[in-house]
Amino acid sequence: MRFDLALVASRLPEIFHALGITLVVWIASLIASGIFGFFVAVGRRFGPRWLDYSLGAYVELFRGTPFLIQLFLLYFGGPYVGLSLNAIPAGILGLSIYGAAYFSEIFRTGFEAVPRGHVEAGECVGMNRPQIVLRILLPEMTMLVLPASVNMSIILLKETAVMSVITVPELTLTISAIGTEFYAFVESLFLLALFYWSLVEICGWLGRVGESRLSRYRFAQS
Amino acid sequence: MTEHAIVVRHLSKSFGQLEVLHNIDLEIEQGQATCVIGPSGSGKSTFLRCLAFLEEATAGTIEVYGKPLGFSQDSAGRRVRLNSASIRAVRSGIGMVFQQFNLWPHMTALGNVSEALKTVRGIPRAEAEERAMIQLRKIGLENRAGHYPAQLSGGQQQRVAIARALALEPRIMLFDEATASLDPELTGEVLNVMRTLATDGMTMVIVTHEIGFAASIGRKIAFLDKGRLLLAGSAQEVFGKPRNPRIDQFLDTYLDRGAAMLI
Repeated sequence: MRFDLALVASRLPEIFHALGITLVVWIASLIASGIFGFFVAVGRRFGPRWLDYSLGAYVELFRGTPFLIQLFLLYFGGPYVGLSLNAIPAGILGLSIYGAAYFSEIFRTGFEAVPRGHVEAGECVGMNRPQIVLRILLPEMTMLVLPASVNMSIILLKETAVMSVITVPELTLTISAIGTEFYAFVESLFLLALFYWSLVEICGWLGRVGESRLSRYRFAQS
Repeated sequence: MTEHAIVVRHLSKSFGQLEVLHNIDLEIEQGQATCVIGPSGSGKSTFLRCLAFLEEATAGTIEVYGKPLGFSQDSAGRRVRLNSASIRAVRSGIGMVFQQFNLWPHMTALGNVSEALKTVRGIPRAEAEERAMIQLRKIGLENRAGHYPAQLSGGQQQRVAIARALALEPRIMLFDEATASLDPELTGEVLNVMRTLATDGMTMVIVTHEIGFAASIGRKIAFLDKGRLLLAGSAQEVFGKPRNPRIDQFLDTYLDRGAAMLI
């Protein structure tokens, strides 16, 4: 028995299709969890107290339980309450809700890191609440939370692997199936790790490009 | 007879149990600089922040050109909070300059000055930037228009902050220890801008530790001590002899630090 990637490589078209699925579910979840997380953070910062508490409970619940279990419950338990989703939508929805809990915390700390005076300066020139959020807090926060957000994006990418348990035909499911078929577990898992690692590196590189573009003002704090 | 720009009546402010301002009565005259001085912790900054409505007074009223700021009294004499649109309307006549500048770091100098013209006043970008450039030219920073705050010195940042407030053509300018975080060399350039404004007849309320500057620019000096207004009057009345013993004591510590030549 020897290490032979060619076994697995013969199924490249299938693997690339799976890679596409991984990318789609990842990016869709990333966008949705970013937006949802932002609104959760805004709701907690500016909303009434009851909203802060209920959103806080949501964050605690979804950070406090494994994604695997959340996804199982959503996909297999959803039909009990009339929520029957196909695997891919269920995967995206599940990962978005899970990711938003983390993103909301990143954004919340981002809001807190923007100096109070910058908001007061906005109030003093007559900005209303939405203008302050969109023109001051959001852009200033972006540069503060970028490293943490890149980190979170990477974690979400790797969490897409969990979707294999609800039959989303993404990389992990596809490659491990091929591995089983050829009895080539090591080769397939090695290839799988390589794929994730490459994607993570690309993501990290994009993050660094973003950071350096923002760096011209990010140290601008007195 | 000068017109009152701001009339403060029975103003008190507490943070929890701690009373920071106690029953302050003060008139700010139109077209003049009023300087608020006093020891650290005397409530100067809190007083100014009440005028900017960044702090909400616990009791008392503030009228800006006859219009109540933030709170007014209903027919039964109860204090009622005004709606946010009316608060914004009164505040729009007031410009504020902070000790920490508080420029928005993600906008250039031009962006900082033109921002409110665009978003609040709804002026088209080109015209807003043109008006912002006029303000930057006035403070001598038109060649720094494209610089981000991080690329400017403290003095330049504070001048941009002043331009940002002036761009909205306020009737009153408030300065909260505008030079306190600048080194002496940079303090001068900011004080010069303020002096020009005073000469041009801008109504200003200036909280400052620069006693010499206050004495020279302030037509009225208000001395706060432990949250109370100890004395308000001309520089002559406040600094001239015979002096209130508390002010004497305050000036002594000040003169000890070698600033005798300023007074």
